[in-house]
Amino acid sequence: MTPEAIYEKLKAEFGEEAVPEFHPVSDKNRDAWIAVAPFEIERISEYLKTTGGLSFDYLECITGVDYPDLKKIVVVYHVYSYTQRHRIVLKAFLDRDDPAMPSVVNVWSTANWQERECYDLLGVLFEGHPDLRRLLMPDDWEGHPLRKDFEEKEEYHGIPTVRPNPIELFKIQIPGKEAKAS
Amino acid sequence: MSSSTSLLNLMAPPKGWGSPKYADDGGSVITTNVDTVVNSLLNWGRVNSVWFMLFGLACCAIELMQTGGPRSDMDRFGSAPRPSPRSSDLFIIAGTLTYKMALRVKRLYDQMSEPRYVISMGSCSNCGGLFQYAYSVCKGVDQIIPVDIYVPGCPPRPEALLEGLLKIQEKIKSEKFLQMRYGASSAP
Repeated sequence: MTPEAIYEKLKAEFGEEAVPEFHPVSDKNRDAWIAVAPFEIERISEYLKTTGGLSFDYLECITGVDYPDLKKIVVVYHVYSYTQRHRIVLKAFLDRDDPAMPSVVNVWSTANWQERECYDLLGVLFEGHPDLRRLLMPDDWEGHPLRKDFEEKEEYHGIPTVRPNPIELFKIQIPGKEAKAS
Repeated sequence: MSSSTSLLNLMAPPKGWGSPKYADDGGSVITTNVDTVVNSLLNWGRVNSVWFMLFGLACCAIELMQTGGPRSDMDRFGSAPRPSPRSSDLFIIAGTLTYKMALRVKRLYDQMSEPRYVISMGSCSNCGGLFQYAYSVCKGVDQIIPVDIYVPGCPPRPEALLEGLLKIQEKIKSEKFLQMRYGASSAP
């Protein structure tokens, strides 16, 4: 099924508000993508998985992207169907200050760790997730490191987070040269 | 071999058999201290049984396995892998050290019994290497535990790691184990 047909089917089922935008393949978009309303994602996923003809049985990946100039965090779902051999990309636009959306763990259970990773690195809260803990970073880590405004602390548990450049440390200082330059 | 009072020289020639040519001249017999002999015997045993902990973090661990493999056999220097920190002498930090792992590495190091030695293997564990500016990577293992030998390379070849092991053995040979362990007083 073509991405256009998938979009038409979703629009007929859920209405214009749930799937507001469709972007076909172009020079800018290598995959056709559909913007979805964040709080409809679980219903849409359930429909995509269970409807015959669509049968998206494989969630390839969940990606989080931070756009500080748009003030948005975008969660991207790549979904594939092994039986129908087609793929669609869903994008949910979240508020950057308070990113929250429903979890799709009940539809595709592979979303469990991927949503944990997205929460860990970008701070997106997935409501209804059974075990929303950090995945990659330590449990007592502060901040979400893939946010563009993340600032590294000076030390973590007494371990300094910067190492001085050895070239700067052992550079030979010639006093006459500096005096001449100044 | 400083003062002639502590010499173990049972086979020195009787006094009056010709004048000594230098201090501590024992005739045709090599003279030495007791503790030098014991030290060198103990070090001979320690040098040839540097057991390392079987612990790998990243791609350097593949190279560590190769070093233990048949082509560059680490076992021929008496260095065998041990599964526990409590029974190993050498800690090879092989790979990228993240902050999450750094706390565990510190704990493993604390579980090892002294004397213990650390080889920092590869650029990542030397200084952070390729991931120097990453948010999650510890910038050098020497920021959490003391390091004896740094092996450069990304990853180092098995020969380079063997060279590091030989350097550790040289360091062990130069130590005075009796004095370190029992505080035995002797001439330096």
